[in-house]
Amino acid sequence: MSDVTSGGHRGLVMDEPLLFELDSGGHCGVDLPEPEGKARRLGGVKERQSIGLPGVSEPEVIRHFTRLSQKNYAIDSGLYPLGSCTMKHNPRINEKVVRLPGFAMAHPLQPPATVQGCLELIATLAHWLTTLTGMQGVAMSPAAGAHGEFAGLMCIRAALTARGDARRRILVPESAHGTNPATAALCDYRVDTVPCDARGRVDLAAFERALDDDVAALMLTNPNTCGLFETDIMTIADMLHSSGAFLYADGANFNAIVGRVRPGDLGVDAMHINLHKTFSTPHGGGGPGSGPVVLCEELVPFAPLPRIEADGDVWRLIEHDSDGLAFGRLRSFHGQMGMFVRALAYMMSHGADGLRQVAEDAVLNANYVLARLSGAYNVPFPGPCMHECLFDDGNLKDTGISTLDIAKAMIDEGYHPMTMYFPLIVHGAMLIEPTETESRQSIDRFCDVMVHLAEEARKGNQDLFHGAPRFAPWRRLDETAAARRPVLTWAPDRPA
Amino acid sequence: MRYLPLTDSDRAAMLEVVGARSIDDLYGDVPQDVWCEELLDLPLHQGEIEVERALSAMAGRNLHGANAPFFLGCGAYRHHVPAAVDALIQRGEFLTSYTPYQPEISQGTLQMLFEFQTMVAMLTGMEVANASMYDGASAAAEAVLMASRVTRRRRAVVSGGLHPHYRDTVATYVRHADLDVVTLPTAVEETDLESQIDGSTACVIVQTPDFFGRLHDFSALAESCHSAGALLVVAVSEVVSLGLLTPPGEMGADIVVCEGQSLGNSLGFGGPYVGLFATRIRHVRQMPGRLAGETVDADGRRGWVLTLSTREQHIRREKATSNICTNSGLCALAFTIHLALLGEAGLARLASLNHEAAQRTMERLVAIEGVSTPNDGFFNEFTLELPRPARDVVDGLAERGILGGVPVSRFEPENGALANLMLVAATEMTTAAEIDTLGDALQEILS
Repeated sequence: MSDVTSGGHRGLVMDEPLLFELDSGGHCGVDLPEPEGKARRLGGVKERQSIGLPGVSEPEVIRHFTRLSQKNYAIDSGLYPLGSCTMKHNPRINEKVVRLPGFAMAHPLQPPATVQGCLELIATLAHWLTTLTGMQGVAMSPAAGAHGEFAGLMCIRAALTARGDARRRILVPESAHGTNPATAALCDYRVDTVPCDARGRVDLAAFERALDDDVAALMLTNPNTCGLFETDIMTIADMLHSSGAFLYADGANFNAIVGRVRPGDLGVDAMHINLHKTFSTPHGGGGPGSGPVVLCEELVPFAPLPRIEADGDVWRLIEHDSDGLAFGRLRSFHGQMGMFVRALAYMMSHGADGLRQVAEDAVLNANYVLARLSGAYNVPFPGPCMHECLFDDGNLKDTGISTLDIAKAMIDEGYHPMTMYFPLIVHGAMLIEPTETESRQSIDRFCDVMVHLAEEARKGNQDLFHGAPRFAPWRRLDETAAARRPVLTWAPDRPA
Repeated sequence: MRYLPLTDSDRAAMLEVVGARSIDDLYGDVPQDVWCEELLDLPLHQGEIEVERALSAMAGRNLHGANAPFFLGCGAYRHHVPAAVDALIQRGEFLTSYTPYQPEISQGTLQMLFEFQTMVAMLTGMEVANASMYDGASAAAEAVLMASRVTRRRRAVVSGGLHPHYRDTVATYVRHADLDVVTLPTAVEETDLESQIDGSTACVIVQTPDFFGRLHDFSALAESCHSAGALLVVAVSEVVSLGLLTPPGEMGADIVVCEGQSLGNSLGFGGPYVGLFATRIRHVRQMPGRLAGETVDADGRRGWVLTLSTREQHIRREKATSNICTNSGLCALAFTIHLALLGEAGLARLASLNHEAAQRTMERLVAIEGVSTPNDGFFNEFTLELPRPARDVVDGLAERGILGGVPVSRFEPENGALANLMLVAATEMTTAAEIDTLGDALQEILS
């Protein structure tokens, strides 16, 4: 029997054309009043002719995007074990409060006296962040984690310049996220990689050899991207500080320790916090995020503008720097307010007690997965792990089945794959982060599937893997062809 | 705690499987002398009722575009967002999905991004656009860095008409990039940009409608840039203007950056917004950010993937074109849905309504004695010259419950020449009653 239907649909999975192909000729999905027809005042600039946009009615638009949505995996539909991404449940109260008109309809350039509630919210969130991290200040404006890294390194560079101590190197462990070296390069630092040791941690001896008085900072993710706590972090911090360098922490994995350990107590000088990870603002298919960066006392004066300060009962918005120390501005306006509202709602819902429980349950869930899947998959570094656990395909070598094959077979089993081939230090890495918002039953079902796939690989059931995914809305997509002849926009003269 | 599914008996059973006596065992790698033994000094957990009450109280302390006559713009605009936009972006399959790294189960996001990229290219008159940046200002900064990579030159000329936040963001991004930035003064008088272009110039960055609301045709400037081997970067801080005005691509721009907030996204006190970034196809490999591209699956069906990733940080690390990872995905979705609803005819009509609302507002305000405008042309925002410092006037209006505009001095408090200037914007949301209220109050304050 043919598996092709007459219209290309497959049951509930609709073969949806591009918007431009739906164009029904001059339709408009918004009823706006008729313009008066006043003479333009364009100062001699010409009006444009056609744009090329399609015309589609509201019901067609709703159906189009609803059908598109149905082709996506999401946390709402299942466990999303992407390591280092912290795909946890997104509470809907957060979506409700961010839409309160007092937040949603406030303009960033209103006189500060008219937006005291907005400023209070940002200051309250800042207080939560500094308290949870044990740090002295926080720059709220970074738009995402990488933007927060940029802010942190700019502060460090400014502080070193103020000391008259120009340094040119940033150390980055080889297990680091790609954003770390990219950010260091943006600040014109030379990036030197520090190897990991056999325990999956920074190789302390190699770090010591790499450290000299030209090193501005080490960028360390802790827990690291192997899901392990960097046991030597306090020694590393001491060594950095006595050589005049700073410890920058990538806070992507803060979920493991929130409420249990304060980074400030570990010797961290600056750390960005991905509100879209630990504090559950939705990932939205790739953003927006928010990446406030907490700072130690020495770095606070160099924090970017704007800042919020309390002046008695009044919140003041500082947009210009009186002492000239602020390193500048990172973006327009004041930060990702919509993410701030959601994150504060999340924090208030959990409270000090709930946030600590978040970390503990996240760590317990990951260790449970580690215990259940040990044997089925190779464990490169022994546990306990923190909030994520790392496996590799080393013990499947003889089966001809690789991490990629396991990942695509997971799709057929109804799961989004784990993070794969990262961290780079482990060949065929599979990094699994279940998060605290999965029940034991949910994790058991997931582990059953993972064990089953490893068993099938060992049985030599190649077909199960090499044709996968077979049941997803799409089969494997040809990424090589996409990159070789890039088609990045739709054009009317191309066949559909 | 309503978000945590584990029960105490689950935890006990799981610890047993793990082989740990207590949760503390699992934190054994953390130096014990820094463990938080007590709960941190923050409030305890609260139910939805309490959280909503507390945050509603904060929201209630703000004046805003739904409870006050409102005329602010300056890179963020009060527009009508159709109800369908918000309903669709709250579908969990969009809201709670990750970056589409697994294309077989992310076609919804990928197809949408391809549609977004196409719309952005059409609006700006360019050949290719990426899958979004954080906002217009950071996109402008990335554009300057990109121009330097493309031309291998190290000098950027920044127009005095570029939004001050964009200008400051550019300055931050290039601080350590060994780039020489020439910034022309913020002034209502036109500055001569062409004389600043030389053989070392990587790019000239300009804006239309500019910070003062003036409109420009940069065709001649583009030619000057190109004959000197430099790129022209055009910023647009009000995307709706592209429904009416000649797009920068038709003027010869090489990179166009734009703030997309006006379509689909609320004011939200400044973010999250969505940066649009478009360029010529020949420069695509120097472009920052994610790109969705068309391909086929194993059955030959059309589909989309993230492509040209060798530009990006997760592959190229310190050699990447940018450090950007997370972008503005959901804001780009809102933008795409709003623009899909408007369509060609709707966007043109929306743009006309904005221009007319601004004209009506201007006509009322310049009729007040002592008030004038330096704007010859404008779209939906213009500059007013007042007989008194604009900051005092704006504060006086706010005391009357009117959000009347933005004093230019907010950006450069020390520049006396700007003190009496106020930026005023109007959109399709602006009512005749609001214009009257503002006009009467301004007249009263100035009399």
